[in-house]
Amino acid sequence: MGKVLMKGNEVIGEAAIHAGCIYFFGYPITPQSELVAYMAKRLPEVNGLFLQAESEVAAINMVYGAASAGVRVMTSSSSPGFSLKQEGISYLAGAELPAVIVNIGRGGPGLGNIQPAQSDYFQVTKGGGHGDYYTPVLAPSTLQEIIELTSEAFRIADDYRTPVILLGDGMLGQMMEPVEFRGIEEKEFKEKDWATSGTEGDGPPRVITSLDLSDIKLEERNNRLQEKYSMIKKQEIKVDSLYTEDAEYIVIAYGTVARMVQSAIEKAREEGMKIGLIRPVTLWPFPSEVISRISEDIKGILAVEMSAGQMVEDVRLAVEGKTPVSFYGRTGGVIPSVEEIYEAIMKLGKGVTA
Amino acid sequence: MKTVFKRTAGLKDNDTHYCPGCTHGIIHRLVAETLEELGALERTVGVASVGCSVLAYDYFNCDMTQAAHGRAPAVATGIKRVLPDDRLVFTYQGDGDLASIGMGEIVHSAARSENITVIFVNNAIYGMTGGQMAPTSLIGQKTATSPGGRTPRAQGLPIRVSEMLATLDGSTYIERVSTHNVPHIIKAKKAIRKAFETQEKQQGFSLIEVLSTCPTNWGLTPEESLDWVRDEMIPYYPLGIYKDIRKEREGV
Ligand SMILES: Cc1ncc(C[n+]2csc(CCOP(=O)(O)OP(=O)(O)O)c2C)c(N)n1
Ligand code: SF4
Repeated sequence: MGKVLMKGNEVIGEAAIHAGCIYFFGYPITPQSELVAYMAKRLPEVNGLFLQAESEVAAINMVYGAASAGVRVMTSSSSPGFSLKQEGISYLAGAELPAVIVNIGRGGPGLGNIQPAQSDYFQVTKGGGHGDYYTPVLAPSTLQEIIELTSEAFRIADDYRTPVILLGDGMLGQMMEPVEFRGIEEKEFKEKDWATSGTEGDGPPRVITSLDLSDIKLEERNNRLQEKYSMIKKQEIKVDSLYTEDAEYIVIAYGTVARMVQSAIEKAREEGMKIGLIRPVTLWPFPSEVISRISEDIKGILAVEMSAGQMVEDVRLAVEGKTPVSFYGRTGGVIPSVEEIYEAIMKLGKGVTA
Repeated sequence: MKTVFKRTAGLKDNDTHYCPGCTHGIIHRLVAETLEELGALERTVGVASVGCSVLAYDYFNCDMTQAAHGRAPAVATGIKRVLPDDRLVFTYQGDGDLASIGMGEIVHSAARSENITVIFVNNAIYGMTGGQMAPTSLIGQKTATSPGGRTPRAQGLPIRVSEMLATLDGSTYIERVSTHNVPHIIKAKKAIRKAFETQEKQQGFSLIEVLSTCPTNWGLTPEESLDWVRDEMIPYYPLGIYKDIRKEREGV
């Protein structure tokens, strides 16, 4: 298959199908609605199932049911709808069920607007729902990368029995780019002998629950979850670096805004500034070590986000004061221009914090 | 020696956690016997809800999933839609779970005619959390959150779930039964069986509303509780079949 021109939201859908997910429960919300419509059209063609739920709450609980029955399953939404899914995500984490949840973020808080934003970072990377849990979060910055990371999201979900979040924003969802579905074939999936799909006489009945009335039992469950999170931190961190070898300054940005940052950095390098880019691909687990290490050898870091400053908190935690960290962001769905970011970069080292 | 009574294979060999005189246990047994008689235990997935029956998975001897408060019909939808058609999927829900927080999920599951069976246990109160008012609590009923008795003005009027869901074109079989004496328990069993058969025949959404006791939170003895079902609940929640369009759904 050669390259095809597709919209980001549709790429997510096709990538999910390529990853062996043929079950999708959705609810319309801009700017992710094309994904719902794409699945409604495509899934029947591959003998799968698309169901429009009555709400995001119902959709995530249908996902919980399908995941407990042992299939690869996906749902998607945008910020306000994602908030509604949090209860279900907490249950998925507690009951250790694999599923992929897409958030194509938009401006908030409240109803906000339908323009792209990265202001759900806290919500997706810090658990978001009740209880001690994390969900792996993958943040593609191109449509081609969506394909790779969607497949990864399902692998991680199955390997660790955990919900995984694919985080984009309205820009990624709406833009068109040529993509190629290469190197993804039908895979043998992990057998899910824990799934409640009817015993068929093969062993005793199975139970899926997140409830432990005994405190000791619930602590054991929590310990198991924490061990799983340590494993994920050890094995699943992904980060992309550019021009970091000679860099005196580093910009840290993820998702689509990292593309504008890259252009701004290239412009600054033409001016002779030694500046590089670190782009976290997994937002949780966060590439703290990479950032910590590099912060020992540089003069400063600039975090750029389409938010009032959320990821920058993780950057500061990683840097531990070893180098100054400044921030540049736009909110409300405003996409920072290459020029603005360039200007913010040029202020680095001049003692000015944007 | 002749065996005259034994545990149904539909129930696990666990001690009950239900209060003395609570009819949740009877309803469990009716569902379990039905699944055994249908030879369906090995192809059934049950969905436990949030309420006193949250631990239903400790009793039902089939695969079980536990759902968030009110969401059991959505969870059951997810399970049913991805498994082969021969699988039976049921939810077991209280009236707080189904008729309050989960009203959206149950209405839309019925409207979609999800081919699932819902066992709806109406005891006119929130049992597990200590006797608060439910959407089904009766006018005048004193609960922890209607201490002066429920009044239409302050707390609104009780919801008749079976009647309401019967108005939806999607629902196939809906019946209200009771557990306050043996003849009614036998009737309840028949209704539950009909509901599972509806699902077995791919005829769509079935729900059995079972009037049930909560001696603990009603502040009555087990015996008085049975009388309260007969004298107070049944007049407001008349028993009977509210929807039966199984014939129309044949071969659909
Ligand atoms: C989201 C959420 N809200 C509230 C609760 C607390 N809660 C647990 S059980 C219950 C009511 C159960 O009542 P009912 O469904 O009537 O079942 P019963 O206990 O009477 O059998 C409530 C409100 C909860 N667990 N989750
Ligand atoms: S509290 Fe009420 S509903 Fe719950 S087990 Fe006891 S009697 Fe039954």
